[in-house]
Amino acid sequence: MELLMELSSKMTTNNYPVSQKRFAAAISSIPEAHVLAVDDSIVDRKLIEGLLKTSLYKVTAVDSALKALEFLGVRDGCSTSLRPNASQVNLIITDYCMPGMTGYDLLKAIKDSTALREIPVVVMSSENSPNRIESCLKEGAEEFLIKPVKISDVKRLWSYIRNPTKAPCSGSGETLGPSPICSKRKVGSLEGLQVKSNPESQPCLNGVIVA
Amino acid sequence: MSAASMTLQAGGAKCKPRGPCSGSSCACESEKSVVAQKQEREEDEAGEKDDGAVDVEKLQQKLIDLTETLLAEEVLDQQFTQLQQLQDESNPEFVSEVVSLFFEDSARLMEELTESLKQDPINYVAVDAHVHQFKGSSSSIGAQKVKAVCIKFRKFCEEKDREGCQKCLEQLKQEFALVKSKLEHMFELEQQILAAGGSLPYPEEEY
Repeated sequence: MELLMELSSKMTTNNYPVSQKRFAAAISSIPEAHVLAVDDSIVDRKLIEGLLKTSLYKVTAVDSALKALEFLGVRDGCSTSLRPNASQVNLIITDYCMPGMTGYDLLKAIKDSTALREIPVVVMSSENSPNRIESCLKEGAEEFLIKPVKISDVKRLWSYIRNPTKAPCSGSGETLGPSPICSKRKVGSLEGLQVKSNPESQPCLNGVIVA
Repeated sequence: MSAASMTLQAGGAKCKPRGPCSGSSCACESEKSVVAQKQEREEDEAGEKDDGAVDVEKLQQKLIDLTETLLAEEVLDQQFTQLQQLQDESNPEFVSEVVSLFFEDSARLMEELTESLKQDPINYVAVDAHVHQFKGSSSSIGAQKVKAVCIKFRKFCEEKDREGCQKCLEQLKQEFALVKSKLEHMFELEQQILAAGGSLPYPEEEY
């Protein structure tokens, strides 16, 4: 409703005619989904925000895994009472290489948390490393995107979002299995890979604190 | 925009990214000769006295031509087109906002790299970390040549090659200055189009 009113007020703007897509979306029954984006790069945060907003997602962008956990209401590995906004996060998209706590660490923390494990997580990285990809998918990531992230990547994210109008931990008892559209298009072939137990055998630069 | 004292240095752009150029030493159109620029300015001014719509179309065509040239010369790649597709009525300055962040972030990274390469011994891990960041951000906005230099730079870091790293830093500064100057020119054209009541000829988002 809000979007409809916003759009109708902008329909007289000279420079940008209201796109058909946005108007169609506004009058359709697409529910609003909230995505938490985690990336230490200010440019990439801006880009992912733009990509997500164009698909009508509500976006919260943070610059570290620790801030992401804070937002989600988890401190020191223990779940505190979930903040109301955190329980409405429908998808988390995180960079892999970040100083301090990596995207992989964040993924693990989320999947280890009873309160958060049902939230789908997508990992992004500029490095096309089979070991890294395999370990993230094994840990429960829905998809591993190779940067730079494109519009077509973001359009696929909708398939991972469950119950966009309800909190993911609604306790409804429904089985939330992995999405059948868990695309590995960007991953390349994983056949015959030796799975290493330590995903950090690929240097991640996370040991270097960059001011 | 005065054509009389145009410099040909790509790194000397004095234009603000989103405003008409008023400086006397502006590198916005450094690729054109002084004579050609003066001619163009006279044509633009002549156009203003006639039908305003013609002026807007001319500016729109210039913008399209500039973008196509930058793509053809691989200064920018298709990722930049992605950014343009994301700009719409709800996000009317998206491209210039992302690019401005890129300019600021890059300036910081180049300063850090300059300092890091002055050290003795060089901490190649720290240098590589900065180049990795630069590679990431240039890739995200589609600054293809900048990204290509970053890839080369990382190899020299791996090999702990001081001279190779120094050369790459110089190249990085040049390529960055070039793409910055071109993008600033694009934004200037956009402002002129919008000021004349026209719309930006951006690609539509594909479904």
